[in-house]
This record gives sequence, structure tokens and C-alpha cells, in this order.
Amino acid sequence: MTGFAMIRAGLVACFALLISVLPVSAEIRIKEVTSPGGITAWLVEDHTIPFTALELRFRGGTSLDAPGKRGAINLITGLLEEGSGEMPAQDYARAVESLAVSFSYDADKEAVSVSARFLTENRDEAIDLLHQTLVAPRFDQDALDRVRAQVLSGLRSDAENPNDIAGRAFSKMAFGDHPYGSDGSGTIDTVSTLTRQDMFDAHDAVFARDRLFVSAVGDIDEAALGALLDTLLGDLPETGAPQPGPAAVTIEGGTTVIDYDTPQSVALFGHVGIDREDPRFFAAYIMNQILGGGSFESRLMTEVREKRGLTYGVYSYLLPRDLGSVYMGSLASANSKMAEAVAVIREEWSRLAREGVTEKELQDAKTYLTGAYPLRFDGNGRIASILVGMQLDGMPIDYVRTRNDKINAVTLEEINRVASEVLQPDNLHFVVVGRPDGLKTGG
Amino acid sequence: MIRRIALAAIAVTAVLAAPLRAAEPAEDMVTAFTLENGMDVVVIEDHRAPVVQHMVWYRAGSADEPPGQSGVAHFLEHLLFKGTDKLEPGELSATVAANGGRDNAFTSYDYTAYFQRIAADRLELMMQMESDRMVNLRLSEEEIVTEREVILEERNQRTDSDPRSLFREQLSAAQYLNHRYGQPVIGWRHEMEALDREDALSFYGTYYAPNNAILVVSGDVEPEEVRQLAEKYYGVIPANPDLPERFRSQEPPQTAERRMVYRDPRVAQPYVQRSYLAPERNSGAQEKAAALYLLAELLGGGNTSYLANALQFDQQLAVYTGAFYSGVSLDKTSFSFLVVPAEGVGMQEAEDALDATFARFLEEGVDPDQLERIKLQLRAAEIYARDNVDGIANRYGQALTSGLTVEDVQEWPHILQSVTADEIIAVAREVLQPEASVTGWMVRADEEVTQ
Repeated sequence: MTGFAMIRAGLVACFALLISVLPVSAEIRIKEVTSPGGITAWLVEDHTIPFTALELRFRGGTSLDAPGKRGAINLITGLLEEGSGEMPAQDYARAVESLAVSFSYDADKEAVSVSARFLTENRDEAIDLLHQTLVAPRFDQDALDRVRAQVLSGLRSDAENPNDIAGRAFSKMAFGDHPYGSDGSGTIDTVSTLTRQDMFDAHDAVFARDRLFVSAVGDIDEAALGALLDTLLGDLPETGAPQPGPAAVTIEGGTTVIDYDTPQSVALFGHVGIDREDPRFFAAYIMNQILGGGSFESRLMTEVREKRGLTYGVYSYLLPRDLGSVYMGSLASANSKMAEAVAVIREEWSRLAREGVTEKELQDAKTYLTGAYPLRFDGNGRIASILVGMQLDGMPIDYVRTRNDKINAVTLEEINRVASEVLQPDNLHFVVVGRPDGLKTGG
Repeated sequence: MIRRIALAAIAVTAVLAAPLRAAEPAEDMVTAFTLENGMDVVVIEDHRAPVVQHMVWYRAGSADEPPGQSGVAHFLEHLLFKGTDKLEPGELSATVAANGGRDNAFTSYDYTAYFQRIAADRLELMMQMESDRMVNLRLSEEEIVTEREVILEERNQRTDSDPRSLFREQLSAAQYLNHRYGQPVIGWRHEMEALDREDALSFYGTYYAPNNAILVVSGDVEPEEVRQLAEKYYGVIPANPDLPERFRSQEPPQTAERRMVYRDPRVAQPYVQRSYLAPERNSGAQEKAAALYLLAELLGGGNTSYLANALQFDQQLAVYTGAFYSGVSLDKTSFSFLVVPAEGVGMQEAEDALDATFARFLEEGVDPDQLERIKLQLRAAEIYARDNVDGIANRYGQALTSGLTVEDVQEWPHILQSVTADEIIAVAREVLQPEASVTGWMVRADEEVTQ
């Protein structure tokens, strides 16, 4: 293993940009590595523990499903661990176990994720197996039927889950017929009719180099990573399915109540959001931290939970996505209390748009966000996931170093102007699933 | 599209035989000591990032509650975020946030734990605040009333909105005839509604003391620094001389197989769950628990397991199968099976298939290759575990509140490696007895349940 890396070292052309992160985490240095075959990855070397975390992202995710084939890409992420090359499902699973590797796959509306963890001592074997998994899946009919049954079982459960019911309704309302408007897992109808050929087609749509992002963190150096990239990804095709166009986000103010017999209603609420590239993004991000950003101190938590006991948790979040952005929030509250919770949230939304935040709130949020940021970078797995996410979001490699400065540069005047622009209390729409007293569908 | 065949299968056999070179557990990261007032301290070092996690674990959980007050341990956990003489209500969390950190807490049957995750140079401030609320809590009647609404909403969200949670709650209640593990950690609603200030303060006064607590600090810290700070902030709090013996009423012999059907209109996917009363990990005697852990892996640990092979692959009667055992528990724990029937397969058919498969497993014995693969993965898991020092911190906190010692935690990976196939079959025959079991069917309310 080590010998292999050393032999190849002289052949690997590496362009390393050394970026040191915040002063507080000066140990983390992100390098850009380009393999001899031209594949780029971000690397943080850390030889403390003899393993590597490798993250791959293929842009497009379930949004690349072909017409009428909703759920195909989600299904192939389940089928990748059901056999490849000459190994049917259980032989394949035994091979994975024998290497003590962990490969996991996920698909959302923006990307298909491949997350791998492997030991240094059998890295070559691990990468050979992952390579085979990605380029030579079997998609055996019996495996397809077995995994399809699991997905259908999940879809039937989702149909009785208030959170899923709310999520589907909100997406449909916001994004209509765009892929963002429907669940990437598909429907019982679409998934039931998917064929083995559909699996191969979905695979061709997703796994291509023109949409690939890579990060690696751990016990691996630039030369070894360069060689690994070519072994693992060098023979992927250049292109896959075309990316869909942007979504038109259409959300009008109001309330939609979906009747469901449950003691506690759940609500998703939101309106159109802002893109990550928007110059107002950092101000909006801080503003959301103050409004409902997940801490006990947020305005929504204070007003809805701490003062009134109406919920266990209430949150708001910016959801900037490649093809359409929304500003969302969620909570659960007893049927008898949901109407009051909704009224409090609407009022807080309006109050912040109208009056803005205080200097102290801004300072506290900045201290929290800038202090918390370096704490994310602990652990190979966590760092690898952050780095590949940054690439997917189009951030520069020095983003980690400049991010806190951008937070600190936001002024009170700016955040309050942005609050009045980004928050749209009149367009805020609540989708409530349950039997909430005193709430009904309407504008 | 390239679909060529690689050579991984060949490489695999070669690796299987090789031992993992670097599979030593992370003992060198851990330092443990005890303060003069009896408070235990565990320090787990990881200097890769300038982060620290500061946790205080109390040997007090829902199974330590007085009868009639289910949920009070968890209620008190919420109330600890209110004020003290020195801290305004919410000030602790606000101070943590203002320093860039996050804080929270959690409650289980055997423990309640509080933690902050923050820049390593803020450790002293965390100790100052956490030690303060160990003994100086102040609660107003208004705070009690509002926070009780919050925990009822939490029960709504976690339990009442989820038929699977309600089903599990009923299963546990039937599994334990006499032990408080049969009561849910969150509490029964009718008892939660009656919890008051006196109940909370009584539990607090009884159990929150340094001689009933464990400090677990993980991350970019030096043990000597932790010792000095711990002595300064926690060491000055007097031990509670009246700390009660941790006594819970124990299970009598279980002599009747129990069965239940839980019906709920929200059930989309019916399933069968079976649990057996099972021994837990005990200090100095973890061998039986280790055998049960491996038994669960062999029977239900993924696509290569015995149940998956029989019920999902061969007979195709199930869409999912699983076997579960968690040995970290002060008193008797449980071992369980789960079978989610395939479409068109009845509940009885699924349960019968589970029984037949388990019986065949006992007859055939353990597949040595499968056991070796599991042990190899467990060795590797110790390496991967070092990437998450907070996970190691949890491991120690749970163990030390569940009657185990630091040595037991460090011995555990070695004991797992030493378990033999014969020991696994022997423990399966001994523990998985119908008389000690509860079998539950979760079905849709309108579904006809026929035999």
C-alpha cells in the first residue's frame, strides 16, 4: 500500500493551494489536488487516525429523473449496495464487510452523494470495490424487486406521516411541476412501474464527470489521492443527463389545512427565499439566526415555546437551492394550540420585517455564528462533508478563511434593510396537517 | 457507459485473513480520576481541533423516579435551563451561544446528562455555570406551568404522533412486570400533567450532587488542566451524605409468554416485534452480554445476516428484518427481533417464519466466516470511533451511569473478540425463552387480524 503510493508519487501532478483556516483552527489546511487524469478534489491531510473519509457529489440528484420515471435515481442509490461486477447482493455485502469499509449513498434534489470511509491498510482494495460499485452495478431483477418493495413500504408509511404529508403539499405548492415540486422517492405508481433498464438509464444520467465534486480528509497524501481519483473516477463518462432549468417559485400568502386525525398538528411555512449568490445572503443568514435559527434564544423559540409553551420546537431556515430558493420554517403543536402558534409566528415575522433587529441581537448573533463556525471542523467525516458541500455551492477554496469576516461586516442598517426586503409576511403560507382548532384553508 | 468487471472479489479474500494492524482501542486517549467529594471525572483527548465538549452525567434517570411521577427526571432536565441565584432563566444557554457554543441535555432510564460544545478555551466558564446549577436551581411556579406544557408537546411530538412509538411504549410496559424500565422516559401523560414544583425539586435534591455525578470532558484539553478546573468548581461542592442507594424493584421470574396487538389507523406498514428480557453488561462480567451483542449481529445485522438471508432473500417473506441488543443498562435489558412482512404476507406467517428461522439457526450453529467478518468490523469500528471523540465521551458517560467502570469500557472490545461460536449458541438458548418474551403485532386499526 505505502509502496504503491510512493512509486506513483513522482507521476502525480499536484497543484496544491495551501489555505489555512481561521486562526483558531490553524491546523486545518485545505489543498486543491488535481489528478494526472484531470480530476480535482479538495484535501485535508490528517494522519492522526489511519483512515480516510471520501465524499463524492454528483450534481442534479433526483431532479435528473426522466419524465414518468420519478423515483428511479433514489432507487439506484438503494441498489448500488445490492451487487456489482460478478458479485450478487450478498456476496457483495460480504466483500464490503470483509474490508471493514463503509460506503453509503443518498440522493436529494440537488445531488447524489457517495460517502466512503476506508482504512489505510487496505485502501487499494477498498477503492477497487467502490470503483466497481460505481461503474459496474448489476441491478439484478431480484434485487430491484426487493429494494423496490422496501421503497414502496416507505412510501406507504410516508403517506400516513404528517410531516411527509406537509412536505409534499408545500413542495407542490411552491414548485409545481418542476422536479423540486415532487418527492424524489417517487410515488407508488411511478416506483411500481420502474424497470431494470430504467435503473441503467438513471445510472447513466447521474454518474458523469461533468457534475462531479470530490473531497478527502484523513490519512492520505496528495500523491496517493491523485492516483486514487483516477482509479476510482477516471473511466466515468464525460457527461450525463442535462440539468433541469430553474424553478419558478410561486407561494401566495394564506393557510392550507390538510385534515388528518392526530392529536398534534404539524406546520410547514414559508415564502420565496434568496439565493446563496445574492449579496444580501449573509445579512439574511444572520437575520434568520435571530428569528428562528435553531438556538433556544431565537425570537420564535422565546415567544412560542419559552413564553407560551405552545411547542417543543419551532425553527426557520433559509433554503437556498441551485434551481429555486425558499425561506421555510416548521413546528408541531397540539390541535388546540396551533392557531395561537401560527398567529404568534405571523406576528414575529411582521415585527422583524417592520422593526428590524437590535444592535445587541446583531452582536450576539455574530458572536455565536463566528464562534460556532470553527467548531464544525472536527472529525475527518464532518470536514469532508463540509468541503464537498462548499464545492457544490460554488464557494472558493478560501471561503473558510473569509466567511467570518463576511459575517462581521454586516451592519445594523444593512440587516434591517434586508429584513424588510427578504421577509414577506403577507406572502407567508402555512401548510398545516392535523385538526387544528380555529384554522381553515384560506388566503 | 463502462460496465467492466473489476477484481475486487479476489482482493477481498486476501484481506479477510489479515488482522487489522492498527486495531488498538482508543485507551491512550482516556484519563480518569475521582475528586475528593466523590465526583468521577473522565477526560478524552483529541487535539485535532480546538473544540471541547463538557458534559455532566447524573446517575439518575427515569427508572429512579418515585411511583406516580413518571417523567419527572426529564421534566427536571428541562427546568435546569431556568435560573439559579447567579444565572437568570435562560442565561446559561444564552452565555454558551454568545461564546459560539451549543448546549443541550438528554434523559434516559439510567441517566440525565447536560452538555456544552464550545471553543476549548471556554471550558472554565462552562464548569462555572454547570457547577452552579448542580445545587443552586431556583424555580418559579410560572416556569413550572409553562415548561410542563412544553414537555406535553414533546410527548405529543415524539410519542403520540407516531404509532411506532406508542407500540414500543406498550411493548416495554409488558416486558417489565416489576421494574420501572416499563415506564416511558418521557412519562405517561396523566402523570406528566400532575408533575409540580415540589416533585421536580425533590428529585433534584435527592440526586443532583457531586457524589452522584460524572464529569466527562472530551476534545482539545489536557487532563491536568481539567483536574485543576474540576477541583475549583465541582470539588468545592459538598457530597450529599444522604444520597440513596440506587435501588429499583427487580423483575421476578417471568413465566408467561405475552402477546399484544396494537391497532392504529395511522399504521401504513404493519410489523411484528418480539422482545425478550435479557441480561445487561455487568462490571467485571460482560461475557454474556458480549455473546448477545454478537448474536444480534449474526441474526439481524444487515444483508448478510441469518434472518435477512432466510426471510428477505430465500423465502422473500419480509421487506426488512432486524435483531437488536443494547447491553449498557443498570438493570435487565432486552433483546429484540423485528420482521416487516412483505406485501401479501400475514402477521402470523411472518411470526412463524421468524420462529422457524431462529430454531434453524440454533440447530445449524454459527457460520465461522460470518463471525470473523463481524469481529473484523468491530475492530475497525474502534478506529473509526476515534474520529468522533464526542461519541467516545457518550460511551463513557452511559457506561459509568449504568454500573460499569472505565476498565469495563476498555475491556469490552477485547471481550467481544474473545467470544466463541459455542458461547453465542449457549446464550441464545438460555436467554431467548418464550416465557420471558413479549410478541407484538402493530396493525392498521381496520385490519382484520386472523390467525
